[in-house]
Amino acid sequence: MPDTAPPSPVAVAPVLITLQLNGEPTSVAVPPHWTLLELLRYGLGLTGTKQGCDKGDCGTCTVRIDGEPQLACLTLALEVRDRHVETVEGLGVGGEPHPLQEAFARVGAAQCGFCTPGMLMSASAYVDNLTLQDDPVVRREDIAAALAGNLCRCTGYTKILQAVEEVAQVVLDRQREIEESTAEEP
Amino acid sequence: MTLSSKPENSSQGRPYTVVGARHGKPDALDAMAGLAKYTDDIALPRMLYARILRSPHAHARIVSIDTSAAEAMEGVHAVVVGEEMPARYGVIPWTPDEQALAVDKVRYVGDAVAAVAAISEDIAIAACKRIVVQYEVLEALTTPEAALANPHNKIHEANKHGNVTKQVQLAFGDVDAQLAAADLVIEGHYAYHGSTHAALEPHCSVAHVDGRGLLTVWSATQVPHYLHRELAKVLEVPTHKIRVIQPQVGGAFGGKSEPFDLEFVAAKLAMKTGRPVKCLYTREEVFLAHRGRHPFDMHYTTGFTKDGKILAVDAKSLLDGGAYSSFGLVTTYYSGQLLGSPYTFASYRFDSTRVYTNKPACGPKRGHGSVQPRFAIEVQLDKAARALKLDPIELRRRNFIGENTTTINEFHIGSNGFLECLALVEKASDWKARYGKLGRGRGLGVAGSTYISGTNYCIYPTDLPQSGVQICLDRSGRVRVFAGTSDIGQGSSTMLAVVAAEELGVHLDDVRVIAADSDLCPVDLGSYSSRVTLMAGNACLSAARDLASKVRQAVAKKWGCQKRDVILADRRAQRLDDPDVFIDITDAFILAEVEFGTLGSTGSYQTPRDDVHGEYRGGTIGASPAYSFTAHIAEVSVDEETGDVRVENIWCAHDCGRALSPVLVEGQIEGSVYMGFGETVMEHHHVMASGLRTDGARRDTGPGKDGLLAHSSLLDYRMPTTLDTPNLYAGIVEKPDPRGPFGAKEAGEGPLHSVVPAICNAIFDAIGVRIDSLPVAPEKILAGLRAQRSGGQSC
Repeated sequence: MPDTAPPSPVAVAPVLITLQLNGEPTSVAVPPHWTLLELLRYGLGLTGTKQGCDKGDCGTCTVRIDGEPQLACLTLALEVRDRHVETVEGLGVGGEPHPLQEAFARVGAAQCGFCTPGMLMSASAYVDNLTLQDDPVVRREDIAAALAGNLCRCTGYTKILQAVEEVAQVVLDRQREIEESTAEEP
Repeated sequence: MTLSSKPENSSQGRPYTVVGARHGKPDALDAMAGLAKYTDDIALPRMLYARILRSPHAHARIVSIDTSAAEAMEGVHAVVVGEEMPARYGVIPWTPDEQALAVDKVRYVGDAVAAVAAISEDIAIAACKRIVVQYEVLEALTTPEAALANPHNKIHEANKHGNVTKQVQLAFGDVDAQLAAADLVIEGHYAYHGSTHAALEPHCSVAHVDGRGLLTVWSATQVPHYLHRELAKVLEVPTHKIRVIQPQVGGAFGGKSEPFDLEFVAAKLAMKTGRPVKCLYTREEVFLAHRGRHPFDMHYTTGFTKDGKILAVDAKSLLDGGAYSSFGLVTTYYSGQLLGSPYTFASYRFDSTRVYTNKPACGPKRGHGSVQPRFAIEVQLDKAARALKLDPIELRRRNFIGENTTTINEFHIGSNGFLECLALVEKASDWKARYGKLGRGRGLGVAGSTYISGTNYCIYPTDLPQSGVQICLDRSGRVRVFAGTSDIGQGSSTMLAVVAAEELGVHLDDVRVIAADSDLCPVDLGSYSSRVTLMAGNACLSAARDLASKVRQAVAKKWGCQKRDVILADRRAQRLDDPDVFIDITDAFILAEVEFGTLGSTGSYQTPRDDVHGEYRGGTIGASPAYSFTAHIAEVSVDEETGDVRVENIWCAHDCGRALSPVLVEGQIEGSVYMGFGETVMEHHHVMASGLRTDGARRDTGPGKDGLLAHSSLLDYRMPTTLDTPNLYAGIVEKPDPRGPFGAKEAGEGPLHSVVPAICNAIFDAIGVRIDSLPVAPEKILAGLRAQRSGGQSC
């Protein structure tokens, strides 16, 4: 046996952690060297989050941690202890698809669908952070910047940008309506 | 731009109800919710994880393999080496030069040598490191020139002609006489670099043997049928004891169109251990598995009349094949055979040679074998237009081959919307007002192309149908379609649903497509050569028409009218002449089941065997039932200080015969244009290579680097992000072809081709520099500008 052979990784004692996963308190035992991606896919069976490169290059494993889009393959599972993690499985509400999911499906923004979960998580963070005060206009270049960490090999991004643009416009329009109706009140 | 007015479903005499509507995919929300199951999402009880040990040498003889230390590790259940699966295979049955794991030799850095199954991936990785392989290192041949110059250092000992895997020489008409008579002869040398598919889903395979001894293999493949056959051959298990299932696939683009080591490894280890085994490639392994675009070195001589008519095309190409044949026999033919339209040549000759090199094997990437020659010819045409002071669109129009005609290499062209494609991009880009007038640093370029809608012959000799579809109707008003087709994201299952829904009068949501499971579905050959819409679509249409006929007959009997008076549409059976007389489609299906018993039908598609190809050797390769046509215009801006090229806009118009699903066709056009753009200006599957080059010089990569992949990550490979991608405009042209289902032709590969030369032609319009060697790179732009300043280039 060569001298350089590593020790057997058979017995690595797991660590018990708790986190808020898609809004639910979750306790799980996780080997300390596992990434959040391994925890989600192997430990919890949440296979909606994809592994495209395992190196932080492709964005398919994007989840939201405390609201921010993050790469699950570059996050150690132990780092999300007591934090809020959202995956694509938690996007819709009460059996209804999220407006982004509906728009992606309608305009044909998913072909093979492999980048879609990560793309949706980055897009949802962008849409959730839109406020009229910061910027009253939806701009393609802002959307492109928000999605620049998510590779797609099928679509050329055209229909993805279109779907996010439509939803972003609805979000700002709704904020405008609320603002106007509040302003009209005596 | 839709050319046909008020299109009608000819089988029922009513307007289309589903075909041509702007629908998405019926199952799209599964992908949105993370519910779609890809191969790596499969987890079976007691599943083991396999990893493959790969060669660190580009060319070496295997002296010995000692697996004892790996086998002794706790958690390791089995190790497999090449001698346990020695059968030679290859996706093309005439060139079986691969083995599941290397037996005597390794032929590139990354060649598979042994594999381990363990209770975790971590343990499998650790165990691979404990396998001791002794190699006798051989001289690596990493450039095609070096491989040709060293015929006695054979990469494959069994190969007949040194390191040449295939040579094709075909001539049509008198090229030499036509060149002598030409008013203008353009001679050009072109280099097309390697690029890879880089589907976001890495290859993955899961295998399991059940209690009856049935081996089930789930795999991220685009050719489940060919995989099925090769598994049987290599594992020495009859096909009826193997079930192949293709789950949801996360992109393929040609990169999953033949069997790979991991499928044999997972299956063999499952057989050895009696437990399910999964093998998932790392991203680096995906780059090594490759089978991507062949690097081409091309010399083109083209003769023109002073009016711009093409008199002669003389093409010589050298293809860098990498370590194995893959589809290379076909690639070598395609490099010449697919150039015969959309232009007419008075004479044509090509001479293409493919050689083995000690690098990852090249194979079919989107636009297989015809993107590289298309680049050369379209730049040649641009040079001719400049020399003759003709508008390059006008020059292309003058050479248009026409419809219902035959190419010089005797392929039958049916419908042809190429002129409409040119007109559409000309208008959309405002070409007439802007070409040549954008000022220095900004430019427009045009190019055109054609592609096949499947090939007339299966890759193994057979008279069996190329595609089979089975349809069942049930009492709830649902339609179930069973097909061997392989949906890799392009939407083949949606296409089948559209065809079935259109004929049977139901909504898309009412059709359930069960695909790519060899136990459940009739055979389809797979998703390659853009064959699925035409072939599986026709098979589905035939099966659906059979059932629609029965349903209409049963309803007509009830109403006391003729079958032709009953149409099926929008979840109803209704009178053709009186829409107020109708019944629910569910009741119509029930009437038919009462009349005929359980409702099922099958449909098959076999290519027409007449008038579709020439009688010369190789005349069948590249011949297709129908051809698509494409035109691109690209707009670029060039920074002359840095050499940076920014592609601003790309307009593409594609004649797909009929857009069954316009949203999906646009998606195919946009995705193709994106991929072509990426390989033109950003991507390079770059393997470091020492040795002879085209210019006769020797270069040295430095010790230990010869044959090494220069990039093993998606960061280094540089595929375009949202910020890099230009504005893409997808235009659909519809010239229905009588051979396609409802007139449909392909849309998945054609729209890639001419974007590459369109960009290079636009660069010339912007700064007067020709990029004849791809990829476009700042240093080439700067070198071109330097040459220009010293009086170098003119056209």
